[in-house]
Amino acid sequence: MKIGTPKEVFEGEARVAMTPDSALMLQKLGHECLIESGAGLLAGFSDAAYEAAGVEVIKTAAALYKAADVVAKVRPPSETEVKRLREGQTLISFFYPGSNEELMKLAADKGATVVAMDMVPRISRAQKMDALSSMANIAGYRAVIEAGNNFGRFFTGQVTAAGKVPPAKVLVVGAGVAGLAAIGTATSLGAITYAFDVRPEVAEQIESMGAEFVFLEFEDSELPDGAETGGYAPPSSPEFQAKQLEKFREIAPDMDIVITTALIPNRPAPVLWTEDMVKSMKRGSVIIDLAAERGGNCELTKMDEKVVTDNDVTIIGYTDFPSRMATQSSTLYATNIRHMMTDLTPEKDGAINHNMEDDVIRGATIAHAGGVTFPPPPPKIAAIAAKPKEKVKEKTPEEKAAEEAAAFKAQTRQQVTLLAVGAVLLLAVGLVAPASFMQHFIVFILSVFIGFQVNWNVAHSLHTPLMAVTNAISSIIILGALIQIGSSSMLITLLAALGIFMASINIFGGFLVTRRMLAMFQKS
Amino acid sequence: MEYGFTIAAYAVAAVLFILSLGGLSGQESAKRAVWYGIAGMALAVVATLIGPGQGLWPASLVLIALGAGVGYQLATKVQMTQMPELVAIMHSLVGLAAVFVGFNADIMISQVAGLFAANGGTIGVDTLDKAIYEGLSSFGQLIAKKTTVEISILQVELVLGIWIGAVTFTGSVIAYGKLAGKVDTSAKKLPGGHLLNAGAAILSLVLAIMYMGGAGSWTLVLLTLLALFIGYHLIMGIGGADMPVVVSMLNSYSGWAAAAIGFSLGNDLLIVVGALVGSSGAILSYIMCKAMNRSFVSVILGGFGGPAGEQMAVEGEQIAIEADGVAAALNEADSVIIIPGYGMAVAQAQQTVSELTRKLRAKGKTVRFAIHPVAGRLPGHMNVLLAEAKVPYDIVLEMEEINDDFPDTDVAIVIGSNDIVNPAAQDDPNSPIAGMPVLECWKAKQVFVSKRGQGTGYSGIENPLFFKENTRMFYGDAKASLDKLLPMID
Repeated sequence: MKIGTPKEVFEGEARVAMTPDSALMLQKLGHECLIESGAGLLAGFSDAAYEAAGVEVIKTAAALYKAADVVAKVRPPSETEVKRLREGQTLISFFYPGSNEELMKLAADKGATVVAMDMVPRISRAQKMDALSSMANIAGYRAVIEAGNNFGRFFTGQVTAAGKVPPAKVLVVGAGVAGLAAIGTATSLGAITYAFDVRPEVAEQIESMGAEFVFLEFEDSELPDGAETGGYAPPSSPEFQAKQLEKFREIAPDMDIVITTALIPNRPAPVLWTEDMVKSMKRGSVIIDLAAERGGNCELTKMDEKVVTDNDVTIIGYTDFPSRMATQSSTLYATNIRHMMTDLTPEKDGAINHNMEDDVIRGATIAHAGGVTFPPPPPKIAAIAAKPKEKVKEKTPEEKAAEEAAAFKAQTRQQVTLLAVGAVLLLAVGLVAPASFMQHFIVFILSVFIGFQVNWNVAHSLHTPLMAVTNAISSIIILGALIQIGSSSMLITLLAALGIFMASINIFGGFLVTRRMLAMFQKS
Repeated sequence: MEYGFTIAAYAVAAVLFILSLGGLSGQESAKRAVWYGIAGMALAVVATLIGPGQGLWPASLVLIALGAGVGYQLATKVQMTQMPELVAIMHSLVGLAAVFVGFNADIMISQVAGLFAANGGTIGVDTLDKAIYEGLSSFGQLIAKKTTVEISILQVELVLGIWIGAVTFTGSVIAYGKLAGKVDTSAKKLPGGHLLNAGAAILSLVLAIMYMGGAGSWTLVLLTLLALFIGYHLIMGIGGADMPVVVSMLNSYSGWAAAAIGFSLGNDLLIVVGALVGSSGAILSYIMCKAMNRSFVSVILGGFGGPAGEQMAVEGEQIAIEADGVAAALNEADSVIIIPGYGMAVAQAQQTVSELTRKLRAKGKTVRFAIHPVAGRLPGHMNVLLAEAKVPYDIVLEMEEINDDFPDTDVAIVIGSNDIVNPAAQDDPNSPIAGMPVLECWKAKQVFVSKRGQGTGYSGIENPLFFKENTRMFYGDAKASLDKLLPMID
């Protein structure tokens, strides 16, 4: 298979989906690699570097699309790019199928297979191809760097001969991958870092990165576990949001740098930093809004722009943080792509096996074999966290009563039928049999009845002792032999004697063995 | 002593027997229940010995003492793992005793009939002279009093008793042979198969009718031979995996034989106990069959039926593991479920298993046992073995109790069981054991299977469990493997 990477057409995008290093690894899988001339330039990879790694450099994007079986890129494709796809071709890129439905349909109509890197299920096995995480990590780091760039002071507190410098206070809102990366970067630069997240269980992670968890006192412990929603915090209740804003309002004047990373899947970003909070901040403070692409966590954020408010607070709404570190992000992204290709080529023979049974591949594939395959079914394995047990539907008392009544009726009907049949049979026997036989017969019937009643209750673990006991008492046949042994006939006496002998073996053997067995059963 | 006293004693004995069976509903009450049974038996025997018409009671006592000696030897010498064989062989004794008693009844009838003829009368119509009547044994007197109809009913009963007894006898002997490994355990049939059995059964019926018609005792002998053949052939045709059902079924038969003889002797206690035993065996067989999701008829007709279609191919490979790997996993695990099977019994590994359990429990781990209803070769076989090894019975659980807990379990250890943990029963509708409830041990995080080699289970079915991703095969004799494992648990 030929894997080709075109130059990103999105303006300002510096990343590239293939690096010389990743190309080498892809070739080990049996693939050939192609790259559009100049695709890696902005990320620091020259055409010569690619050629040295055995990658064929192709002049134009059109030619590349024609030659490649698999197109790997970063940004979601433009309409032109989608139109270039052909049947059987595979596109691997970010896609955001939730908001790019038309493009997805178009790609599906073209017969192409589309693997959306942003749809890779967030399970342990798929972490190596989780491009969202690798990009978020870079964004978090870069956010702090960008903030420092616009912040007029040190991060770390210093006492120098030239005077005392207070440390910068950084607040990170949302402790996802980006948030945690930002916390790590800010603390290692020396800032006093606070962090907030609606999921109380991430407090530990926050503290492990060196930040202080902004604790929100709230009764509502029913906030769902973020693990269930693929690592994202779920939308919270209005009361909770009010409480949260109140807390932010309280600490806003103290904060020098605020980095917001709160995103909710398939929704606009929640507003967490209102205008009045911005107004209450000190002059020179910086807000980095990593959620700018989805409208921003801060009310005043403008996408892809740096805004300076009247009170001299800088609000940065860039959406291209990873692209600003193109070399690093290209390396990581190319590795993610390479891992995806490894999963797609299980035999390492250069042949792609698009296994739709595989949870990861199925989850990421949004168009396949001419059809749209988005949204994917829930993964077969709940690898993140076990689902809480589904509540058994409580039956209403009426339903229960009705069920019981029905069961009772069925049981009654069955019993009455059985009794009727039994009684008729018994009467039929009674018509012909003499009274002396019937007396015994009644005893027999009653005994069978008692036997059934009693034996149903025998514990399962005691079935072997039960067999031994019944075996022992079935040698009651000895009575017959005992009665007969007194006969005048030698033959009868002999047979009866044998019978007595064998039955008594059974009696003693059976009971002794039962006692031995039962003596062993003991409680812990 | 009066006849009334014997009857009263029988009534008490019957109550004691019922209490004895009823007491088996719990482990603690079971210990008392055995004493009820012993008391009942003693009472019944004593009452019969001192009852009317018992002539040779010193001889009887000697015989009982002899039997007691043999029985004592058997019961104390037997290994717990050989329990199935012992129970099976003891069934055969009851069956044979029933045959003897039945024949005696027939001989007695001919004798009494002869007496009638000698005195110019007919049995069932006339009465005998008082002097001759007094000269008869009590059993003879009983027959002499009967009417013609009663005599023919008596004959029906004794034919039934003999027939069932004979089937039980050979059946039990074969079952013993199979359980003890002396007879090939796979299902075998003579050419003709079920037809042969059916033919023998029909012929028996014809002979029975001839006998009733007065054709003479030779019909009875022939009938017995046929029944012996049926018993042999029937059980030979049943595979080893169905042995629990067979043993309990034979148990049931021996009860019905006793009941039939009870009718012919006019002895109510025999009838009561025979019926109790018969119904108990029938219930056990029913429970076993249900546990294997098979109809009673299909078990009796022998062997596992042929597969209904192409069976699923098993993919993957069996991955072996050594003792240190198992030990590491066990040391880390919090909850462990052990699934013992016949292999544990064969290897006599129950003591080692118990020691392992004790060690793991001492470290605060949850250790439980999951017992499939048909594990082993006898109902409740595993419970008895574990009890022998002093595994507390409150951590030994039934399939229904524990099956839902496997997903929360760290390690499941399968020791010498195969078919009862076969996922094919659920996944593969074409598997011969499809639909049989199984222990879902593959849902545990890790499964270790202690097994002698790569062979299949008793039913000869490939087990996909061994090929699962979370399964590791711990090859070797169960006892040897576990002995190696024990010191590594710390």
